Amino acid sequence: MTSSLALARHVTDRLGYGPRPGDLDRVASLGVDRWIEEQLNPRTVALPTDFAARVANLATPRLSPLQVFAEYGPPSVRPLVAGKPTPDEIRTRNQRMQFVAQQAVQLRLLRGIASPCQLEECLTDFWFNHFNVFIDKGLDHLWLGSYVEEAIRPHNLGRFRDLLGATAKHPAMLFYLDNWLNTAPGSPGAKGPFSGINENYAREVMELHTLGVNGGYSQADVIALAHILTGWTIGPVRRPPVPRPPFAGFRPARAAVPRMMPLGPPGRGTFAFDPDRHDFSDKLFLGQSIHGDGIEEGERALDILAKSPATARHIGFQLAQYFLADDPDQGVVDSMARTFLSTDGNIRSVLRTLFRSETFRSPASIGAKYKTPYRFVVSAVRAGNVPVKNFRPLQGFMARLGERPYGCLTPNGYGNTQAAWLNPEGMMDRVSFAVALSLGHLPLEAAPDDAVPGMMAAPRMGGIVPAAPAQPAAHSPALDATALVATLGSQFSAATKAAIDAAPPQLKAAVVLGSPEFMRC
Amino acid sequence: MLRRDFLRLSSAAAGLSLVPIGSHAWAAINPQGAERRFVVVLLRGAVDGLNVVVPHAEAAYYDARPTIAVPQPGHPGGALNLDGRFGLHPALASLQPFWRERSLAFIHACGSPDATRSHFDAQDYMESGTPGVKSTPDGWMNRLLAQLPGKRESTSAVAFGPTVPRILSGRLNVANVPSGRAADQPMPIDRPIIDAAFDRLYGGDDPLSRAYQEGMRMRVRVLADLEADMEQADNGAPSPVGFAMDTAHLASLVRKDPAVELAFFDLGGWDTHVAEGASEGQLANHLKPLADGLAVLAKSLGPAYRDTVIVVMSEFGRTVHENGNRGTDHGHGNVLWVMGGPVNGGRVYGAWPGLDPSRLYQNRDLAITTDFRSALSLIIARHMRLSQRALAQVFPGAPPTPTAIAGVVRA
Repeated sequence: MTSSLALARHVTDRLGYGPRPGDLDRVASLGVDRWIEEQLNPRTVALPTDFAARVANLATPRLSPLQVFAEYGPPSVRPLVAGKPTPDEIRTRNQRMQFVAQQAVQLRLLRGIASPCQLEECLTDFWFNHFNVFIDKGLDHLWLGSYVEEAIRPHNLGRFRDLLGATAKHPAMLFYLDNWLNTAPGSPGAKGPFSGINENYAREVMELHTLGVNGGYSQADVIALAHILTGWTIGPVRRPPVPRPPFAGFRPARAAVPRMMPLGPPGRGTFAFDPDRHDFSDKLFLGQSIHGDGIEEGERALDILAKSPATARHIGFQLAQYFLADDPDQGVVDSMARTFLSTDGNIRSVLRTLFRSETFRSPASIGAKYKTPYRFVVSAVRAGNVPVKNFRPLQGFMARLGERPYGCLTPNGYGNTQAAWLNPEGMMDRVSFAVALSLGHLPLEAAPDDAVPGMMAAPRMGGIVPAAPAQPAAHSPALDATALVATLGSQFSAATKAAIDAAPPQLKAAVVLGSPEFMRC
Repeated sequence: MLRRDFLRLSSAAAGLSLVPIGSHAWAAINPQGAERRFVVVLLRGAVDGLNVVVPHAEAAYYDARPTIAVPQPGHPGGALNLDGRFGLHPALASLQPFWRERSLAFIHACGSPDATRSHFDAQDYMESGTPGVKSTPDGWMNRLLAQLPGKRESTSAVAFGPTVPRILSGRLNVANVPSGRAADQPMPIDRPIIDAAFDRLYGGDDPLSRAYQEGMRMRVRVLADLEADMEQADNGAPSPVGFAMDTAHLASLVRKDPAVELAFFDLGGWDTHVAEGASEGQLANHLKPLADGLAVLAKSLGPAYRDTVIVVMSEFGRTVHENGNRGTDHGHGNVLWVMGGPVNGGRVYGAWPGLDPSRLYQNRDLAITTDFRSALSLIIARHMRLSQRALAQVFPGAPPTPTAIAGVVRA
């Protein structure tokens, strides 16, 4: 039997990024079941005014892909008013592009730290990793924000098929897994780089997004699906094709950007189906015949994938691994898969099955997960109630620990298991972060850089991000160990309590945040 | 606080003996040391082996790749001729001297017998060393470490990067060193008052404590090694960047710390579905820093290069035919790179199946004539002097060595 305080800590740890001061009391007084229902229905939760204002202030992620492209897009495709752009103009535009990426990261961290709808934030993390795109591939740093806002967040708790369709059609995914180039060989629109099949998305959508690697598809199904999805591209599609220099063959990846009309009507969708590049022949896909009639083929293929029992099992397992245990109980996974199939892939219902299961609340599940770097950093900031205006030091630690936000190059996304994240150097880094945060050594209160577009470059691969220039009173306050212990519900072993007692006064808070009980959730 | 003071104090806190900080300090406490070293570089994402070691004598290669074939030797941007049949991608020019001095060889048409074209499954099999078996709990380099004779130190096996990869995880604890500049940045945990506070939390034998203790031991050794190195590195020469910075770090560790026997790097960015390029372009831009990093490693190892074998591998190859986007999709056979003093280099090993359509795997990919486990088994048996019995622990069920690769490494 799990005590009510331990259960309150468990649900705030698993359905969110751990407690802030007072959260455990609130969950206990509301009742764990009601709190879970509240988290499953985030639209019913009122947002604090200051939080809502800060979210509203980070505006670029809410621009449509076309708008963000038009306003912040790469210099090479901007209308050239006066001939070639000067180096200064190019630099400014590059800074503006980085500004957009930085806003997307900031918004993610702000919400993780401060949103009362914590489950919504965990699911954004979960589904983003499930449908991963990479911040450094081509234009995806421009489209990340919109990808999260339009394709991921609205469907977090909804129908899986909607999530699948929204990611399939978002330019960030079309670009990341190359389907925007996927073209029927010999079709009227086949030209230059658009001249043949590209299997990349067709394979990963089955292996990673839906059926799972053992989900019963063959190489022939990969090829069939690639043909079905020919012409699914980034629009607007222009007719006739605009002449441009012959493809030189060796352009680096960053230059291979989709040529879009920069001044299209704002807000118009940027997914396009190009019939001139589609293969209209009939196909056989996963044993079903698909009549070659255009864009509907792709919709039917996604329907087939979303309804497959293999997908139900795969999604059930993935969710259970994230929310329950690295090697989740098969019985729970099976009942989640049954719910998935009986509710037409309703994610809220699947999660309710998990959260109501006895296994989820059993003592064996408490503290069974090792926090990912992202979760460790966000939960520490929450527990300490640390005010953050400057997110870069947090990003830097995540990058150093190997989980740079939106920085997973490969389509499987970041893992969330102990095997993926527990390692000697990582322990050194976590302990060091606990010390730096609890002593108030991080410049988290430096002036936010979101007011001045393009003043700083976003962090690139690896390494520690240079902190914002030091300013008076830029550092966060030192943390109080007694308050931290209370916030976390005093859920510590005797050994940890002894270590906290034995630590010098200024290090007690660091020992709390660096304790095994805080590394786990 | 002076770094040497906290190093000394933190060694004591971590239960290590007090040692003088200075050149060859570790040799003093570990006079035997490893005689031989083995370095593995995994290219994650499936490098296009046919554009690495180019079969320039095959018309089928040029037929299949109208825009991304590397031209024949002698033509602009042409391959660097190796043996009349094969040529090296021109971005790998910094490796040509090693081919000439015969310490660089290749095993072509090599790879994993499993048919998967999933990056993640294929990498998993290449790291577990058990193609087709997902339940293997450990990586083959961890099993190899367990079979090596002699005393194990925290630096016996070193992974570069923020996490310990599958290939090195398992029963034995293996430490990792951060990539790039992060390696030698001071951290709060370096201060003895702080590590003393945490030592009380992580003194046990649970997984977190073991990782913590290994991290502390590694931190002390790496910092000591790198500190001396940084002092020398200020001597005018530009610091290497990227992969070469990490390989230079490894060479420096090896020079000062004879315990280092196994090392692992991984590099991403090889999944060239679009605009792969030929002599120049995306693949070339990734190959050049790889070659430069290997050349830096070989040169910086100094005399230790004589006793080092470096292997470069990737989870599978790419399609023989270029796709509709001037790139290549997931394929099957690839090329394995073998470099180092004990290598009988200057040769491309392995039975070459050819690119004739009738010879391709599933009508599209380079076939495999050498199982990667046979190649690695041979190298390990000869170079690390492992018995057949020990070898069977590292690669259980590996097929016998094909004669076409028999001479690749000297005993």
